[in-house]
Amino acid sequence: MKYLLLKHYRGGPTPATDQPSMDHWTPEEIDAHMAFMRDFGARLEANGEFVDAQALSIEGTFVRSDGEGRPPVTDGPFAETKDLIAGWYVIDVESWDRAVELAGELSAAPGAGGKPIHEWLEVRPFHTGTSLFE
Amino acid sequence: MNDELLRELVPSVIGVLVRRGADFASAEDAVQEALIRAVETWPDDPPRDPKGWLVAAAWRKFLDAVRSESSRRGREEADFSASAPVEVSDVDDTLRLYFLCAHPSLPAASAVALTLRAVGGLTTRQIAEASLVPEATMAQRISRAKKRIAGVRLDQPGDLPTVLRVLYLVFNEGYGGDVDLAAEAIRLTRQLVALTEEPEVAGLLALMLLHHARRSSRMEDGRLVPLRDQDRARWDTALIAEGVVVLQNALARDRLGEYQAQAAIAALHADAAHAAETDWPQIVEWYDELLALTDSPVVRLNRAVAVGEASGPAAGLAAVVEVPDDVPRRDAVLAYLHERAGDLERAAELYVVAARAAASVAERDHLTREAARVRQLL
Repeated sequence: MKYLLLKHYRGGPTPATDQPSMDHWTPEEIDAHMAFMRDFGARLEANGEFVDAQALSIEGTFVRSDGEGRPPVTDGPFAETKDLIAGWYVIDVESWDRAVELAGELSAAPGAGGKPIHEWLEVRPFHTGTSLFE
Repeated sequence: MNDELLRELVPSVIGVLVRRGADFASAEDAVQEALIRAVETWPDDPPRDPKGWLVAAAWRKFLDAVRSESSRRGREEADFSASAPVEVSDVDDTLRLYFLCAHPSLPAASAVALTLRAVGGLTTRQIAEASLVPEATMAQRISRAKKRIAGVRLDQPGDLPTVLRVLYLVFNEGYGGDVDLAAEAIRLTRQLVALTEEPEVAGLLALMLLHHARRSSRMEDGRLVPLRDQDRARWDTALIAEGVVVLQNALARDRLGEYQAQAAIAALHADAAHAAETDWPQIVEWYDELLALTDSPVVRLNRAVAVGEASGPAAGLAAVVEVPDDVPRRDAVLAYLHERAGDLERAAELYVVAARAAASVAERDHLTREAARVRQLL
């Protein structure tokens, strides 16, 4: 079963810790955080649970069609949108419980002062491709 | 020699290597490498004795691996030169592999992957593509699975229900990459039927054949078509006929099991030329048998659908009451029964709830369309 572990720059429940943003950490703390993320991915791969990991740029633009023959309309970027996705892991695991367990581990990534950041991660199941439903 | 015939040789070639003294994990790796080589070279240079070629090539790969391992560890290499092949039948070899690859100690996804590789002869890449995960992830999954079963003795009797569950999982995986997993599951189950007298194996094969026969009518332009609306002219009558014969032979052995009962229900659907001619009372009886065998809430829900068709929507709704709230598709069944009972408002609401909980995109879209259709009637 595949699940998305979604990291947010902003949005979700109230943060559990009052960690400063990463630009206020020491370079060593940032390195430790990045190393944790790499290890997490490597461990998923060694477990046969890794599918994908991506990070998104914070800057984005909204785009929509404006009718045939006309160029698409763009809007933004918006500095203050409520919900802002930072990136994700896609995992393929045996159960929902395992997905929640892994999200818990990922949320404990080290931050300022080497303390776990305890960030909220959103866990979303994938729709399956096939179905015996008739 | 086509790909499928080549892959049929895989379990017995692994068996030969294991009998010559190789451990299962190394033997399986060596055969996989020989297989990849065969796919590359056979089209231009087909061997006269394909199995002999595979055994020789795999054995060479195995010895190479042993040698590089011993030199890496600075150890003496084990002496395999004296171990002549002991004559054991291919039947036993292949059957043991089914049991080993679907060992109860393995997580389901690992058992599926290992079965597809060691019994099915698929490459790691093909299995990864079919499962929509990276090849490296699948390679790790397989290698961990092999480590986990490293201590399992090959001469112990295995657990047949687990094997059947794994094959059924493969069947339900459907289609991904360039491998048709439903067809592969049928091939592997057909092969297993030839190796054992157990009627549930034949029951599972019958169930797969009868479901597979309806495959081309199940989706239209990417839309899911419910059984009652399927174009029955497109059902594969040859597969249905085979499924019915396989099922009859299984039932004649008089040891009913859940796969045989499910296949009997599928056969009754296949037997109706139009949805309206379906023998629902008999289907309800089979669900009663199935409930006695499994006491599964999913079966109870399916039984409620059949009761609704046999005795009217009020009876169907009464039967759903016995189904726990958290059973998947319960709301979809309720929606359909309420619609038939004339409560369109409730039906539309329930179709929306059911769509939100759907497990697949096709199912979600179908249920959303049902909600929209019912709303048009309000």
